[in-house]
Amino acid sequence: MINKVVENADTAIHDIIDGSVLMLGGFGLCGIPENCIKALLKRGVKQLTCISNNAGVDDFGIGLMLQTKQVKKMIASYVGENAEFERQLLSGELEVELIPQGTLAERIRAGGAGIPAFFTPAGVGTEIAAGKEIREFEGKKYLMEGGLKADFALIKAWKGDTAGNLIFKGTARNFSPMMAAAGKTTIAEVEELVPAGDLDPNCIHTPGIYVKRIFQGKDYEKRIEQRTISKN
Amino acid sequence: MLDKHQIAKRIAQELKDGYYVNLGIGIPTLVANYIPEGINVVLQSENGLLGIGPFPTDEEVDADLINAGKQTVSMLRGASLFSSAESFAMIRGGHVDLTVLGAMEVSENGDIANWKIPGKMVKGMGGAMDLVASAENIIVAMKHVNREGKSKLLKQCSLPLTGLNCVKKIVTELAVLDVLPQGGFKLLERAPGVSIEEIEKATDGKLLIEGEVPEMIIY
Repeated sequence: MINKVVENADTAIHDIIDGSVLMLGGFGLCGIPENCIKALLKRGVKQLTCISNNAGVDDFGIGLMLQTKQVKKMIASYVGENAEFERQLLSGELEVELIPQGTLAERIRAGGAGIPAFFTPAGVGTEIAAGKEIREFEGKKYLMEGGLKADFALIKAWKGDTAGNLIFKGTARNFSPMMAAAGKTTIAEVEELVPAGDLDPNCIHTPGIYVKRIFQGKDYEKRIEQRTISKN
Repeated sequence: MLDKHQIAKRIAQELKDGYYVNLGIGIPTLVANYIPEGINVVLQSENGLLGIGPFPTDEEVDADLINAGKQTVSMLRGASLFSSAESFAMIRGGHVDLTVLGAMEVSENGDIANWKIPGKMVKGMGGAMDLVASAENIIVAMKHVNREGKSKLLKQCSLPLTGLNCVKKIVTELAVLDVLPQGGFKLLERAPGVSIEEIEKATDGKLLIEGEVPEMIIY
């Protein structure tokens, strides 16, 4: 098996440069690549385009990269819960493209799967349809949306092996499997790195072919946005 | 007049055995607390979970298990997990039987606006545009009037749209209304103690009233 292991987050992201286009896995703060984000803050690369469902919160996740003004453009579906983001957006410092969540997921999937464009009903008749081709199929209107790719996809999995095979846990999977395929260089950080052969091939969510580098992550905070508990 | 829990309770009465249901953020999430006894429904969370269970206990809390509102949740026995692409394939593919979501405005032809107030609030549409574009059955849970006292049931939406001709039913603190295919809000039920005049006053779009309008029964 090809060994994809690199030492740590710093070595994994060493070739990300100013202006790189990044995809970052996660839904809210669930399943975000915490180690890679920390390494990006340390490396200080700027003018980044970040494709991620959300933009973190003010003091965690992608929000940290907004504080340091490393992000030029954000492509996301929902950016609430982040005051600094809203400030930069309304002041025009930050370019933002908002995309319906299902369209975002499918554009990333298409990008990684060699599909240049597809048709979806989401957004027909709204301002996001502006300038897009509309076509009718079986009496219903659809928008043409293009596949999305990135220079780097930064994802986090629960378990991974040295060959780059990944297993996610709970709802931390979200956008990461599609991003793995859509990144020219996909970097996976994992909570538990095991030798190839230790994971059941029947249970792999993301096959190693998509993963170029993998490393054992550390010090996961796994912050919870809305800790909601039952009273009983 | 209903409080938000009663609105959720009333919507829960629309659930049918065997439904797969997507509940939006806010009042819609509360519907999960009032699923009538004796029926089985499966709740879908667009971040990749079918079979949302109750909120976890303090010991059960798992940062890797949240709903679309980013709240910690649990899974029912028989739950399944999947990617966001799979999740929206379910939604776009018409496999979800009912979608309940909030709105800022609904027009009398069923258009909905719930994602943006130009110059003021830009949080994004999240999954709402995908949901409303594909769902056959959409119920909106919202206040009848906004904070400034203006009606949210309009001839035409003034805010940027989320979707066209998609809302089928609305439950507010005042009333239950159907959005008719030919246009107009048909008044089906009044909240306990609310008069038809109050509902007329709070509704800007075309309101259709036929015969006696019963009071809601909230179990």
